[in-house]
This record gives sequence, structure tokens and C-alpha cells, in this order.
Amino acid sequence: MSGDHHSHGHSHASHAQHAPGFWRSYVFSVDHKVIGVQYAVTALVFLFIGYSLIMIMRWQLAYPGKEIPLLGELLSKQLYSGFQNLASGGVLLPEGYNALGAMHGTIMVFLGIVPLAVGGFGNYVMPLQIGAPDMAFPRLNMLSYWVFLPGGLIMLASFFLPGGAAQSGWTSYAPLAVINFGQTAWLVGMIFLITSSLLGSINFIVTIAHLRARGLSMYRLPFFVWAQLVTAFLLLLAFPPLEAAGILQLMDRVAGTSFFMPSGLVISGKAAEWTGGGSPLLWQHLFWFLAHPEVYVLILPAMGIVAEVIANNTRKPLWGYRSMVYAAVFLGFMSFIVWAHHMFMTGMSTKMSTFFQATTMIISIPSVIILTALVISLWGGSIRFNTPMLFATAFLPMFAIGGLTGLPLGLTTSDIHLHDTYYVIGHFHYVVAPGTIFAMFAGIYYWFPKVTGRKMSETLGKIHFWPTFICMNLIFFPMLIQGMGGLSRRTYDPQVYEAGQALAATLHKVITHSAYLMAAFQVPFIINFFRSIWAGEKVSQNPWHATTLEWAAPSPPPHGNFVGEPVVYRDPYVYSPVGRSDDYLPQFVGPEV
Amino acid sequence: MEMSIPYQYKAHPVTGIPNGKFAMWLFLASEVMLFGALFSSYVMLRYNAPEWPHGYTLLNVPLATVNTMVLITSSVSMVMAWAQLKMGNFARGRMYLWVTVLLACGFLVVKYFEYSHKFHLGIYPSKSTFYAVYFTMTGLHGLHVVGGIIAIAYLAGPGASLWHRNPDFYANRVENTGLYWHFVDLVWIFLFPSLYLI
Repeated sequence: MSGDHHSHGHSHASHAQHAPGFWRSYVFSVDHKVIGVQYAVTALVFLFIGYSLIMIMRWQLAYPGKEIPLLGELLSKQLYSGFQNLASGGVLLPEGYNALGAMHGTIMVFLGIVPLAVGGFGNYVMPLQIGAPDMAFPRLNMLSYWVFLPGGLIMLASFFLPGGAAQSGWTSYAPLAVINFGQTAWLVGMIFLITSSLLGSINFIVTIAHLRARGLSMYRLPFFVWAQLVTAFLLLLAFPPLEAAGILQLMDRVAGTSFFMPSGLVISGKAAEWTGGGSPLLWQHLFWFLAHPEVYVLILPAMGIVAEVIANNTRKPLWGYRSMVYAAVFLGFMSFIVWAHHMFMTGMSTKMSTFFQATTMIISIPSVIILTALVISLWGGSIRFNTPMLFATAFLPMFAIGGLTGLPLGLTTSDIHLHDTYYVIGHFHYVVAPGTIFAMFAGIYYWFPKVTGRKMSETLGKIHFWPTFICMNLIFFPMLIQGMGGLSRRTYDPQVYEAGQALAATLHKVITHSAYLMAAFQVPFIINFFRSIWAGEKVSQNPWHATTLEWAAPSPPPHGNFVGEPVVYRDPYVYSPVGRSDDYLPQFVGPEV
Repeated sequence: MEMSIPYQYKAHPVTGIPNGKFAMWLFLASEVMLFGALFSSYVMLRYNAPEWPHGYTLLNVPLATVNTMVLITSSVSMVMAWAQLKMGNFARGRMYLWVTVLLACGFLVVKYFEYSHKFHLGIYPSKSTFYAVYFTMTGLHGLHVVGGIIAIAYLAGPGASLWHRNPDFYANRVENTGLYWHFVDLVWIFLFPSLYLI
């Protein structure tokens, strides 16, 4: 909406304009690159917080009832009334365990990965890759961040409210969520986050549709842009039903309605004050109608990043680019009609479950197509194993384990045994943690030179990668075994169950200590990140010898991004073309050169 | 710090519309999903309930009929505003925008009487699932009307200065706001029979 004010600006070259003040440049900036960095940094902080929460919970699972080292005393001091539900005598309380679990899931999904993958990478890289001067609506873009941040802060602040944070899991199933403490703040926070992602997704779609550089047809788009486009559609259409559900749950809590409260509900031996007549199942339908597309919101940008890094470092065009694009679009459509496979245990009719089993098996096909195309892309390449490539390559088997362990959950017969066990936790964490988060790391190492003009250290990168890779598997593979052994998830003390006694004693300790070890090995990353901003090796504007448009801009790109109008002449991944001395031919280099 | 974003008010050669209109259609798609989820919830709750009252026995149908007319008329005045602007009649276009604002406020006044009458009788959303649905859905629709009033009043008031700098851009904004306003109208067209008449 800015621009068109013919009185000033406009005709000058964008980088030659007078510099705006500090607040407009770094805080309330409308520049997609600044907003992207704001999103990414905020998301990384939230990922750190979310991981810290799970480390506290892991102690309780490995050593039930034992005092939490270092933090236990601090939490029990009851500095705030909200903390009294967390721990007592240095030991995590069941209420505290539930609150940490709910907030871990919420923070990791809605405040960590989505803002990093979409708000961070999408905002920063996508307009550059399509050769746009900025997003179609720069001010809307800024607004989306400033709606996201309060949502996140409300979520965090809920720990300090009387009664503490939400305790009903990230899924917030009714009627428990309607009764429990802390849920109101969760719902209000979610409404902020949904509004933010709505503003963002509209902006992304319009930008990709309208602001592509001359010559950049849809089938010349880098796969990352396609992934962001499909993701934006998922955010646009899947989030509003959760907003509706959130409003209904808020009404149940605040106005005493009974949308999700069944008749005859008894709480702690007393008849509930709700009039009843509602349906707890309705919440699950509305929630999973969002939350299954959400899974693909988490994974599609990751696939996009991995595709970019793999094409660049195998020095080959992506194998099956068009199939990957079709698969991503098909994946987007299908993700809207698989949601009830999360609900096989609710007693749905076999007709219903047959339908959802069939769609679930079908949706695995596009994921397999994308993954297969990426694996075949490695074939015969002269692969450069730099840090981004290590993370991107590791993504492939990790996501494959995550995906394949999902198949038994998509079929009712095996799901009945595995539902709500650690197997499920192992499965989706393989998709999201060593899957998506590895792709995020790959993206950070890959695009860091574009953002800062400097490269991150390869040595520290490798010290970060290998232990993280090993620890990830030591954390999540044992969960698959525990789950098959029948260990239920969301149990405060696993040893009270028979299945837990044998499995919890050893495997839970392995998992917990691996989690702490992995946290320690993020230190090289943090050091590398900050050190490289100021002291990293200075590099040219295209240090990876890449072909896509973001490398046509200076590093870091100025306001308005490109010096001169970028024009696109060819497909995105022309690596090792025949008859050329160098092994890459960028999209933006004219044919006469 | 301004820079030129393409297609702010000129149509894109492929999609045939400017950025703003495209964005508005996308926003409306998400709104369809929002109200779609609420209508589906209503259907599911009503279908599974052992008994459900008929809306006309509990709600004021004549008042809601009047309100329906008011809202439809406001949609017409919104189109008139755009048409006048397209013909270059700024003053009349602006007048029709104010007419739309007035009608929208009239809708809210009637709604206020409906609500306060119910509250007066001690009927709140917690009374029954029927009233929960009624208050939540009409309440959310009412918030959309308030949003529309703010947007249209802005265009008729301080936002109108854009006309003197870029009449096309201004007419586009009126058109896009009109799209939103027709959607709000359309939601009511669905709400009225499904809550009041059946």
C-alpha cells in the first residue's frame, strides 16, 4: 500500500535514498529482509525456550520424583504465584509437567518452527528468489510480525498468571481444556498468532503471483518458492477453522456456553455448571482440520530449503523438478482431507475410518515422490559436503524414518495399539526435529552469507552437526521402541505403569542424557552464529556459486533488493551445463554472456 | 522510504486485477473457512442434539427481516459509491459511502435492541446451546460489521484525500472494501434463515 506518493522517493534508486532512523530501520521496518530477520531471531529464541521446557520434563521422566538439578530450587521458590503449580520441594509437580508439555508443543510448533520457516526464511528469501523489490504489502508484512510477537509474549506470560500456563497439551482437547487453568491466555495468544499468519499468507500469495521478475514463469521458480506458495495456501485456509474453534472454546470458558461440554459432565465428584449439550468431538474435528495441514506447513518449507541446498551442492539440476512441484501442490490439497486419522480412537464408524485411512495412504505418495526425487538428485553428483549440505543430506533419512513410522499410525488396526504412546512422539519428532529443524539449520548456514556478507565457520559447523545428528537419533529412536512396548505418552511418572518400569528405567535415561548432550552441542552453533556476524570470513555475493536470483543481489541486499531490474533467462538449477568452463549458469545471466 | 511495488492499482496482466483486489479475495477465502467452520459446528451440534428449538419461536423475526433489508440496501449503496467514483463523481461517491456507514450503524442499533431485550429477559449465551450459537455467530458477524464501518468511514473521511492524488487507486480501495462489505452482507443472508427461520 505504500508507494504511489509521487511527491517523494519513488524515482530515486532505492539504496541512494536518505537513511531512515533507527526505529524505522530495525524495529518498525517495512523491509521484508529486516522483518525476516526479526521473525527468525524471535523464532530461534522461542525454539531455545521450548527446548528448555522439555529438558525440565525429561528430568522427571528419567528420575521421577527426584529434585531437578540447578533449576528445581529456583522453581520451588514461588517467586510468582503462577510457579506454585510447577514445582514443589525442587520436584516437578504433575500440573507443572502438564503445563511444560503443553507449552513445549505450542511454542515449538506455533512460535518456533512456523515463524522460522515461513516468517523467517519465507520472508527473507522468497522475494529475493522471485526478483521482487519487497513483498506486495510491506506494511501488512510489518503488522504480521507485530501481531505475532504479542501472541508469543502472551503465551510466555501465561506462566506468570495465577493458575499458570495452559495444561491441556498443544491439542487443547475439550472438555479438559475448558476446565483447566491457563487456557484463556493460550486461546487469546492463538488468536493473535492465527491473525498474524493470515496476514502473512495473503501477502506471500499475492507477492508470488504478481511480483515475479521478468522471465520468471511459474515453472522457473525455485522449488523453495513453490513450497512457500503451497504453505501459504495451507495457512490461509486451514487456520481460520482453528480461529473459529478458539472463539468457541473461549466462549465456553468465559461466557459459560457448552459448545464442547457434554451433558451430564461431573468434575471432581460435582455436577458441572455448564448446561451441556455440546460435543467434545467437535473440538477434535476443528482442531485437526487445522493441525493436519499444519504438519505440512512444518515440512514443506523444510523440503524447499533442502531442495535448494541439494541442487547447489550436488552441482546438478534437481531430478524431477516438475514432479516435485506437482507433488507439493497435490500434498496441499490432500492435507485437507486426512485430519480424522488423528481420531481413530474416538469410536468413529468404520466407513469414516476407511475413508480417512485411504486418504492417509494416498497423501504419503507425494511425500515419497519429493523425497525420492531429492535422493535421486544425489546420484552421480560431485557432492560438496559443506555444513548446509550435511544438514540437508541428513534430513533425507531422518524425514524418511519419520514418514515411514507414520504409516502404521494411518491404519486403524495398528493405530489402536500405537495411539497415544511414545511411538507417536518418536514418529512426529523424527519429522519435525531431525527433519524440519535440520533443514532450518541447513538454511541458516546456506543463506547466512546473503544476510550478513560473511560465512559461518565450517569447522564449528561440523562440530555442531555430527553430535546433533547422533543425539537426535539417541533421543527419538528409543521412543519408537518404548511406544511399541506400550508406554503411554503424557504420563507424569512412567514407572507407575508396568510397561514403564522396564522401559523407563533405561531408555528414558538414555533419552534424557542425550537431550542434555544435544543442548550442549548447540553451543558451537550459537558461538558460530554470533562470531560470524562480525568476524566471519567475508565472501562475495554468490559464495556457493548458486544459480537462483537471491544471489544476484548484493550481500546484504539493500532496501529494494536489486541493483537494476533482474531478468530471468532460464530454469532455476542449471548446474554443470555442457560446454561451459564453470559449472553453473545462473538464472539471471543473459544468454550472450 | 518509499519504493515502487508493481501493480498497486494497475491490473496484473495475468490475473487481471491489482494486488489489493487479489489480497481481498484471498482474505475472503479465509473468511469463508472461518464462518464455514462455525456453520459446520452449528449443523453438527443441531443434528446431534436430542431436541433443538425453532428459531422463530425464540427470536424476533420481523426485526431481523428489517435488518436484512437494511444490510442489503447498504450493499447497494456501496456499489453506488463505487459506480459514482468510476464515473468521476467524487462528491456523490463519497455521499454514498456515508449512506453505507449510516445503514450499517442502523443495523447495529437494531441488533443492540435485540440483544438488550434478550439480556433483559435474563437470556445469555450460557442459557442453551441454541443461544450460544445465536450469540456467538451474530456477535462475530456484528464485529465484522463494526470492522466494515471503520473501513468505510475511513475511506469516506480521512482516506478520501487519496482521490486527489490517484483516483484509480482510491476507486480500487472502495471496490475492495465493497467486496468485503458484500461478504459481510452475504454472511447475514445465511445467518438469517439458518438462525431465525428454521
